[in-house]
Amino acid sequence: MTTFPWLLTMIAVPAVGAAAVAALPRGRESLARQLALGVSLLVLLLAVLATIAFDAGGERFQLTTSVSWIPDFGVDFALGVDGIALVMLLLIGVLVPVVVVASWREEATGRRSMRAFWAWLLLLESMMVGVFAATDVFLFYVFFEAMLVPMYFLIGSFGGPRRQYAAVKFFLYSLVGGLVMLAAVIGLYVVSANELGEGTFAFDALRQIEIDPGVQKLLFLGFFVAFAIKAPLVPFHTWLPDSGAEAPIGGAVLLVGVLDKVGTFGFIRYCLPLFPDASRDLAPYVLVLAVAGVLYAALLAMGQSDMKRLVSYTSIAHFGFIALGIFAFTTEATTGAVLYMVNHGIATGLLFLVVGMLIARGGSRLVGDYGGVAAQAPLLAGVFLIAGLASLALPGTNSFVSEFLVLIGSFPTRPVATVLATVGIVLAALYVLLVYQRTMHGPARGVLLEPAPETTAPATGGGGATAATATLEAPAAAPARLRVRDLSRRELAVAAPMVALIIALGVYPQPLIALIEPAVAATMSDVGADPAGVSPEAPVEGTD
Amino acid sequence: MIEAPALSLAALAPLLCVFGAACVGVLVEAFAPRDVRHPVQVAIALVGTLGGLVTSLLLVGERQVTAGGALAVDGAAVFLQATIAGLGALSLLLFAERSLDPARSAFVAAAAVPAGSPRDRELMTAPRVQTEVYPLATFAIGGMMLFVAANDLLVMFVALEVLSLPLYLISGMARRRRLLSQEAAVKYFLLGAFASAFFLYGLALVYGATGSIRLSAIREASAGEAGGGVLLVLGLALLVVGLMFKASVAPFHAWTPDVYQGAPTPVTAFMAACTKVAAFGAILRLLYVAFGTSEWTWRPLVYGIAIVSMVVGAVLGLTQTDLKRMLAYSSIAHAGFLLTGVLGYGGGADGTGSGLGATMFYLLAYGLTTIGAFAVLTLVRDGDGEATHLSTWAGLGRRSPLTAAVMALFLLALAGIPLTSGFTGKFAVFRAAIDDGAWPLVLVALLASAVAAFFYLRVIVLMYFSEPAADGPTVGVPGLPTTLVLAVTVTATVVLGVVPGAVLDLAEQAAIFVG
Repeated sequence: MTTFPWLLTMIAVPAVGAAAVAALPRGRESLARQLALGVSLLVLLLAVLATIAFDAGGERFQLTTSVSWIPDFGVDFALGVDGIALVMLLLIGVLVPVVVVASWREEATGRRSMRAFWAWLLLLESMMVGVFAATDVFLFYVFFEAMLVPMYFLIGSFGGPRRQYAAVKFFLYSLVGGLVMLAAVIGLYVVSANELGEGTFAFDALRQIEIDPGVQKLLFLGFFVAFAIKAPLVPFHTWLPDSGAEAPIGGAVLLVGVLDKVGTFGFIRYCLPLFPDASRDLAPYVLVLAVAGVLYAALLAMGQSDMKRLVSYTSIAHFGFIALGIFAFTTEATTGAVLYMVNHGIATGLLFLVVGMLIARGGSRLVGDYGGVAAQAPLLAGVFLIAGLASLALPGTNSFVSEFLVLIGSFPTRPVATVLATVGIVLAALYVLLVYQRTMHGPARGVLLEPAPETTAPATGGGGATAATATLEAPAAAPARLRVRDLSRRELAVAAPMVALIIALGVYPQPLIALIEPAVAATMSDVGADPAGVSPEAPVEGTD
Repeated sequence: MIEAPALSLAALAPLLCVFGAACVGVLVEAFAPRDVRHPVQVAIALVGTLGGLVTSLLLVGERQVTAGGALAVDGAAVFLQATIAGLGALSLLLFAERSLDPARSAFVAAAAVPAGSPRDRELMTAPRVQTEVYPLATFAIGGMMLFVAANDLLVMFVALEVLSLPLYLISGMARRRRLLSQEAAVKYFLLGAFASAFFLYGLALVYGATGSIRLSAIREASAGEAGGGVLLVLGLALLVVGLMFKASVAPFHAWTPDVYQGAPTPVTAFMAACTKVAAFGAILRLLYVAFGTSEWTWRPLVYGIAIVSMVVGAVLGLTQTDLKRMLAYSSIAHAGFLLTGVLGYGGGADGTGSGLGATMFYLLAYGLTTIGAFAVLTLVRDGDGEATHLSTWAGLGRRSPLTAAVMALFLLALAGIPLTSGFTGKFAVFRAAIDDGAWPLVLVALLASAVAAFFYLRVIVLMYFSEPAADGPTVGVPGLPTTLVLAVTVTATVVLGVVPGAVLDLAEQAAIFVG
């Protein structure tokens, strides 16, 4: 076992990078982004090296570092990863450099210094690593809440027209969830103090204490609400479409790709092992939320005219699948759910990125403002299609493996929920293919139209109103042509690794599964479910 | 017949330092020529308060009752005295700032001159500055330090008056918007006098019920029979009302927004930080020492008041459009959070709960943050003095990134975001309360925190995400004193958030009352 503090380095490197970027003098914008790229690539390298150092068959938590932090509260700065956390770190490692390259030319908006953007982005990366690497509940909470601040500034400073509203809504939703969790965290500490004589926040110690079922339910709910807001599950989801739509593309990718995964990660890491009885008792209700999310969000996604909102709603539907996989309590389903978390980050991340590229060309987020783009920009359309297909879980793409695992793993224990969720797959095909067809195929129309000679007002760069008139006039101008660039080399550099991952993980997901499965099996034994996938009701004694 | 009471000068050193400096300040005011007075007064006041800070730090670990039993020099008293002296010194630095206001001071040159009279206008442009505020503030600091060490109710009352009277005066001494300031002073004085009367009446009732004004004697008397009867409970209630008034706890908060708004901003900072520490120090001592064995008498009362204060502070804070008023309501909400910590008493005879240490840590953290926040307010000015209206802060992040960043840090700390001192403090008091079974109260507190976060965030939104107004305020370049204050408070806010271990330890070890 290596003694190099991988996780601490992965937290420290982007944090130091953020400080360095922020300290750069005004006007060194290009140096700032180069620095940001360098730092994020270094974190990717560290993540890969940490994965190599990780022994999939070894102890549950590896690469551990622990320093006493606030002895009065019994808090340690304790880091460590299991397979689940490790794959999330890999996802962070991959997504951040991609986001940096995708946001490379973001300064065109010229609203404010881009140095702040890079600095917040790197700080966010540091916090994200911390939240997945923490093995101390208090430390987890600290990262969980502190993570809001950089995201809040990313949305609020660099977002779309309604960014103030979106930023505050995002912050308040998450903060309320976090505060409820704080009550549960303190409650857990007090329970541990009663059980062990001395209060602790260490995950491993907390996992082993027996908690009274009534108290367990309350604490479970405290954690659950926070994670359900973060993830988001259906009645708690309304902040995500706003934030997803208003955030800058880079922020949106990290928001749905990584930040929201903290919610589902929290279910697996904290809700299930710490409160096994409550998890089993309350699972049926969670499943109702999960399935409702799959169906309801899919329907809403179909109704969206704003592409970024649409992608946000598809994410909510996917989070329903993930929650289904987690609360089915079989190793297969939960492994599928974890894999889904990674795959969703890549597929939806790419979908957000490609939508962002389209928006960068047309200046409008509305589906109705585009049409026939594929004829002029085949590469853009191709990437869009691949991202869309990955998002609807076509066999051969990465998401298929995970969705299939979730469904097949959930069916033995939760047949009704699984069957209902399957309907969501059909809906997913609808909302993805409809938006692809409308924007990429059909007659050329919308904001990207070459200004017709007879019209005086240029149709480009306009919002909804000009777009509508342009659409009406389009048939009049005989051979409508779009003025649209295909993907630039930089954009290809963004899309290529993601497309490669989509296909590679679709064909050969085994390395990831090998990392995830032991950790999931350990979680399942914590929660008292039979790892073989038999109904959990059988071995469990009545709790009341 | 009369024996000289036992008096340990060493244990009284912090008080002697501060009161001595205040007396010297009065003499300087009378005898020193006008042009040297300002630097001399500042120096004396700072030496006095910093002397108080150092001597109280030397007393760490001291546990005795002295001055004929009238003063308790114990862990809590020493910790709170050091806190008050330190925060007081920071406030005095804000008082001494001369480079921000074109008139060279935040205080009116001659408070007795009617506002708006020809003489007043003449003085507005005169280079003369006021120096009486320094001895006055030093007396107030001394009174506060006495307040937290008072071991009998009469000394507590005397200390209450010693700290209050100078505050009434200096809150009426603003150089700009003088009528508002004077109105604030009168309001504060009238309501304060009322609260003092409550306290005095409560004192009389408690004396009637127990036959003593010594806190330890009251404890014994109230423990003896089941509750000590109506008189005692009534007396306790009145005492609590008097103290809660000073701590600006709702529903005794009516003066707070007006006085915070009207008083000169350095004085507001001083009141928000030091008065709160002193008042909570006295509340803790009264409840834990005198009524520690009859917790049932005050627990429901404090429980209710805490909820009211948090809700009133958080909800009314939402509607404020003036930053000073907003911070006033924030201070009311924080008073409620502090009471949550007070309820973590634990019920043990020696205060086994972690409430005392947690509350003291919270006081220190909150005091530092709030002084910093008010210090930032003094920087942002327009032609009419400080620009405290919320709308004038729009786009400050663009025009003056550093000032906005510092303010954002303080606001996040007040909202209790992790890695700031505000979070550590909140965590400590909430833990203490849950430990003692007060989890419904903690839930209310968490909801109130979420509501309060909204108005703190609103300022951040304005500063960072709004376009600056064309004729917005300018951000003054602070002189050395304010820079020093900002440096100390920013450092403290971050350090107490990131590595609070040492200070938490200190507070925990200091959580001892003798009585």
